[in-house]
Amino acid sequence: MSSRKLNLLVWVGALLCGSVAGSVSAGEVNAAVAANFTAPMQQIAALFQKESGNTVKLSFGSSGKFYSQIKEGAPFDVILAADEAIPQRLEQEGLAIAHSSFVYAQGKLVLWSAQPGLVDAKGAVLGKGNFNKLAYADPKLAPYGLAAQETLQSMKLWDKVQSKMVTGESIGQTYQFAATGNADLAFIALSQITKDGKVTEGSWWLVPSNLYSPIRQSAVQLSGAKDKAAAQAFLTFLKSAKVAAVIRSFGYELP
Amino acid sequence: MNEIRAQFSLQRDGFRLDASFSAPAVGVTALFGSSGSGKTTLLRCIAGLERAQGSLQVKGELWQDKTTFLPTHKRPLGYVFQEASLFTHLSVRANLEYGLKRTPITERKVPPEQVIEWLGLSRLIERGDPAKLSGGERQRVAIGRALLTSPRILLMDEPLSALDTNSKQEILPYLERLHRELNIPVLYVSHAMDEVARLADHLVLLEKGCVIASGKLHETLARLDLPTAHYDDAGAVIEATVAQHDEKYHLTRLDFPGGSLWVGKMDHAPGSKVRARVLARDVSIATQQPHGSSISNILAARILEIRDEGPDKVSVKMMIGDSQVLLSRITRRSRDLLALSVGMDVFAQVKSVALMA
Amino acid sequence: MPQLAPDDLQAVWLTLKLASVTTILLLAVATPLAWWLAMSRQWYKGIVSALVALPLVIPPTVLGFYLLLLMGPHGVVGDLTTALNLGRLPFTFAGLVIGSVLFSMPFAVQPIQNAFEAIGRRPLEVAATLRAGAWDRFFSVALPLARPGFLTAMILAFAHTVGEFGVVLMLGGNIPGETRVLSVAIYNHVEAMEYASAHLLAGGMVLFSFLVLLSLYLAGGKLVKV
Repeated sequence: MSSRKLNLLVWVGALLCGSVAGSVSAGEVNAAVAANFTAPMQQIAALFQKESGNTVKLSFGSSGKFYSQIKEGAPFDVILAADEAIPQRLEQEGLAIAHSSFVYAQGKLVLWSAQPGLVDAKGAVLGKGNFNKLAYADPKLAPYGLAAQETLQSMKLWDKVQSKMVTGESIGQTYQFAATGNADLAFIALSQITKDGKVTEGSWWLVPSNLYSPIRQSAVQLSGAKDKAAAQAFLTFLKSAKVAAVIRSFGYELP
Repeated sequence: MNEIRAQFSLQRDGFRLDASFSAPAVGVTALFGSSGSGKTTLLRCIAGLERAQGSLQVKGELWQDKTTFLPTHKRPLGYVFQEASLFTHLSVRANLEYGLKRTPITERKVPPEQVIEWLGLSRLIERGDPAKLSGGERQRVAIGRALLTSPRILLMDEPLSALDTNSKQEILPYLERLHRELNIPVLYVSHAMDEVARLADHLVLLEKGCVIASGKLHETLARLDLPTAHYDDAGAVIEATVAQHDEKYHLTRLDFPGGSLWVGKMDHAPGSKVRARVLARDVSIATQQPHGSSISNILAARILEIRDEGPDKVSVKMMIGDSQVLLSRITRRSRDLLALSVGMDVFAQVKSVALMA
Repeated sequence: MPQLAPDDLQAVWLTLKLASVTTILLLAVATPLAWWLAMSRQWYKGIVSALVALPLVIPPTVLGFYLLLLMGPHGVVGDLTTALNLGRLPFTFAGLVIGSVLFSMPFAVQPIQNAFEAIGRRPLEVAATLRAGAWDRFFSVALPLARPGFLTAMILAFAHTVGEFGVVLMLGGNIPGETRVLSVAIYNHVEAMEYASAHLLAGGMVLFSFLVLLSLYLAGGKLVKV
């Protein structure tokens, strides 16, 4: 091996050791975050890092996938799930610290179209049926999908629109179907189309919250991070008023 | 009209073919030249396998000119490649029948049984798989396969060059027999002088993509101005008739117009036609009838031409009788000592005769 | 022994249908393409080769996303299919077939192309001198000699389509009986933490793929280059 290559290896090794060492001393939080919470989480993490000096490593994805990975020993410290069920299940199975879960944000469902003017203020478009496809997230996989199903059932339209339904595996993909125009309508999270507290594109109907069970996005500290001060500090920070303002600006409510 | 007239030009990276010739559409015409002379390319142009500029007429039929280009499969020709190239996915029989099936019934002139008999193919058909045949056997099948399409002309691209000496010796008699029995003209590409001398009637000589000579075989081979005269195995071809067998000395006498030659005893019946080759290096010259020589073939000759052959040798062309030409290669010193000159009557001493059949 | 739910059974059936249709279409498209690639000396042959091989390196979800854009109302293909009164392709079986054909293209083209190249020009020239026209040569010589390549192409295209996920996920919309194929069904079972059903389907798929590849190596080991 050439000395140059050896040099490089030593450097890479040093960097790796440094990052491991850093996670012990300076405080690092590994957070698994539901995909719908991507944008607010990036801001929150930046704020937390600035205030505490701790770093947050973010992984975004579906809560179900995170659940399977955590069961198999994935090294996450906290999970910010898209629903209440998964943190509770982790607590029951001893994978999360008992009674530590709390609702960090409450999602709001919207019916959205990329076309301006297609969706009216009362969602009557659903009953009229003048649209090609209606996209929603798989209710088995995504709480927003379940909320969409409940909404349609409350409106007694569930059977009527069946033939027009297409399913995304996540609300991210559901948004994609509508954003590319392949589905005229989609049930998605308000947070997905909110930018700086405003919705700017297309047309939408904010679904009244009495039509579906609340989407209570819960966070929990995982058992593996029991003694990790940074993880505890992060969850505390998540409940602060400053963070609440950020969360609201992305179209979520707080309980 | 009974002619092949070809004129082609083709530019390929680093090689240019610019060849034109005409040859009688009877017997065997050899396209002869060293490797890289363009003889195979010329043959492929004739077959339409290469798309060259030019024109081609075969027996009065137009196959190619400025506006016409008959694709290969529309040209009634047979083609035998250097390697037999039998279809490996077909049996020997199916290989033989491949072209036959595609030949309209009205155009089938060559009886399949005849070809099978001439080429000894029935045993090969029984073996089924072409992979089970030897190189020579495969080439026999390939020749048969081409003949079964009843071609108006048979193109052969060094059909023997991929074979070992034994296979060559095995297959040559088949070729000769075909030429005798079938009235199909053959264009035969070769770089082997012995094959050409044995099989060809007409010679087209190629060098660097151009035709440098074309004519009857024995006349062309006897020309001292052509590169063939410089070859180590330059020589004359003699068409002879078996005249008489001498049982006592185990010899056979061959007669040709203007003389006769004694050769080792042959199996041929008196009256058979044979072809013999006399190499220039095997012929010496005497100004007087030699006496007390061990050489038994001494022919009266007249010198037609003398040409320098390098710093030490000369080639001498002689006429035996009215039509038979003989070549001799001797040293310049001998020429000067004997004071040989054109028109002189001399005696040619033939040390050895190569029999071609 | 757990039983397959009707939904899953439907997904299995749909997957086999998708793989079969895709394979047949691929053979029809890949054969002339492979032939051209094997025989052509055009300068743009390299470009075509690279395009054909592209699905080997593009992440399937990316390919799926671009197809979604192309076939959508703002896409060229979408405009075309709408103009032809065919409707739009995303969320339809036909759309999946097109996605799968593109995605598995290199797996079909390359073995066939290799087979054609291995034959070389000589057997075709021989056939031409034996009175066989171009189509005749292709069917009586090139195709039979390239058979091992076709076998490989068919098996690979079929197996690859069965295992395909990203493109289907992006393009399909998970409609039972229309676009909900096996790989998506497995994914959904895993995501929904229905591990028993996931195991059953995934195990079956692993076994199937293994058997396909095994047959490929056993039957064609000598002839087929993968």
